[in-house]
Amino acid sequence: MMEKMIFGRFIPGNSLIHQMDPRAKISFVFVFIAIVFIANSAITYGILLGFTLLVVFLSKIRLYFLINGLKPVFILLIFTFLLHIFFTREGDLLVDIGFIKIYEEGLRQGIFISVRFLVLVFITSILTLTTSPISITDGIEVLLGPFKRVKLPVHELALMMSISLRFIPTLMDETGKILKAQMARGSDIGSGPVKDRIKAVVPLLIPLFVSAFKRAEDLATAMEVRGYRGGEGRTRYRQLNWRLIDSLSLVVLVGLAGILVYFRV
Amino acid sequence: MDILLQEVGYSYAKDTPFEKRALTDVSLHIPSGSYTAIIGHTGSGKSTVLQHLNALLKPTEGSVMIGGRKIEAGVKAKNLRDVRRQVGIVFQFPEQQLFDETVLKDIMFGPLNYGVSEEEASRRAHELVEQLGLPPEVLTKSPFDLSGGQMRRVAIAGVLAMEPDVLVLDEPTAGLDPRGRREIMDLFHRLHIEKGLTTVLVTHSMEDAARYADNVAIMHNGRCVVTGEPVEIFSNEEQLRDYRLEPPRTIRLQQKLEDKMGIKLDSISLTEEALAKNIALALSEGRDSE
Repeated sequence: MMEKMIFGRFIPGNSLIHQMDPRAKISFVFVFIAIVFIANSAITYGILLGFTLLVVFLSKIRLYFLINGLKPVFILLIFTFLLHIFFTREGDLLVDIGFIKIYEEGLRQGIFISVRFLVLVFITSILTLTTSPISITDGIEVLLGPFKRVKLPVHELALMMSISLRFIPTLMDETGKILKAQMARGSDIGSGPVKDRIKAVVPLLIPLFVSAFKRAEDLATAMEVRGYRGGEGRTRYRQLNWRLIDSLSLVVLVGLAGILVYFRV
Repeated sequence: MDILLQEVGYSYAKDTPFEKRALTDVSLHIPSGSYTAIIGHTGSGKSTVLQHLNALLKPTEGSVMIGGRKIEAGVKAKNLRDVRRQVGIVFQFPEQQLFDETVLKDIMFGPLNYGVSEEEASRRAHELVEQLGLPPEVLTKSPFDLSGGQMRRVAIAGVLAMEPDVLVLDEPTAGLDPRGRREIMDLFHRLHIEKGLTTVLVTHSMEDAARYADNVAIMHNGRCVVTGEPVEIFSNEEQLRDYRLEPPRTIRLQQKLEDKMGIKLDSISLTEEALAKNIALALSEGRDSE
């Protein structure tokens, strides 16, 4: 169950997307998020979906794996889809079974919102799947650089981010381990009435918190021992490297925006 | 209770890019009442095998028979509580599973989950704390106020309190001081004999395997490559080295001694006591022949 989750996971690879500069990828994702809202018709949403699938293809990450790993997100997706279907009352009446009434506009909205959601989740997942957490934080640190002027602790924020990203898989593994240990002692999270299930979470969460705090303390000590004193005057071991494809990717994105505006209703 | 693994294969994260094969074609019989040691180099699949013994992991190929219960690849297994009650696992660093307010409550957690009455669970907790050499006043303390070694003992008590028929131990003494190691291993051995438990010990320590086990299995690259009695397994140094293992210290010392002195000791010494006896015997024979 845990091992199929792909949030915050990084799959090393050598695809075009993997090779892009993290700064380009992060800007790409943010611009893309804005562009998604241009779409407002079947054609424009279709173009967005096609573009997203092209990006997935270029990243060489198997679509099946992506879909499987995002299963929890799909529950949310289906929920919003149903909300739109049942609560939009515009256009022609399509289905009318007693208290369930589905209108044309509701169906349209439901599909559009789902596609928008899907496209956003896919693109952001591709970002984390193809960029190592360290590159992501390096990228963010550089992109946020200008805000240092207004005393935003950019380096510290980036460090906090990289530490939390770094520990997601560790904590996941640990959760799995403790879960198994408690299951072996007869605690059963996966079944039984809801009340029992909630009770069964306690033996899982407490050890997890204890070890997370212990880890934090150890990490702080280890950093101090190695002379860490914050971002002031710190040089970089990994240099970021902006290449032609990075500029091209942003040009492509502007092109996409143009096309969407053209086909927009 | 017999446990029988038949052609078991297991892959972690099957059908994802992270898929990792851990076990290939493992067949292993753990006879009822035996003390089986599973040894092998780091990453050989020992801990994965162990989790099959009470169906925490289900094989992706082959089948596992636990007592009368068959767990087969591809078949949904329901209601495994019974199996898990009968097979208790002491995981590596078990102190990580402590969570309750007091040591007493934590030890009672397992038995209560399996429907043991409150009085009985409490009785077991009191008894185990004593058996494990902890002062009785720890029962009312928070487990997080104890020292590392005490926490380990409390966690072990939490598993023993379920009174399993099969006790599976994964490096139960890792990180303990030598005296604590010996005490805990001796306790497990005593329980094994007194209660007629079936014990499975997963370990890096050839010394522990040689001292306590009556059945040894070597894992290598996710396969169970050799099974046999400790005497055969540990006297075959070449085979051990093939699987990146070393014979126990006593046997290494015995060999050096034999090579240097040009003598042959009576039997393979699996424990320090046996080695001492063998040397004494050889000395007295030497004196007799003079």
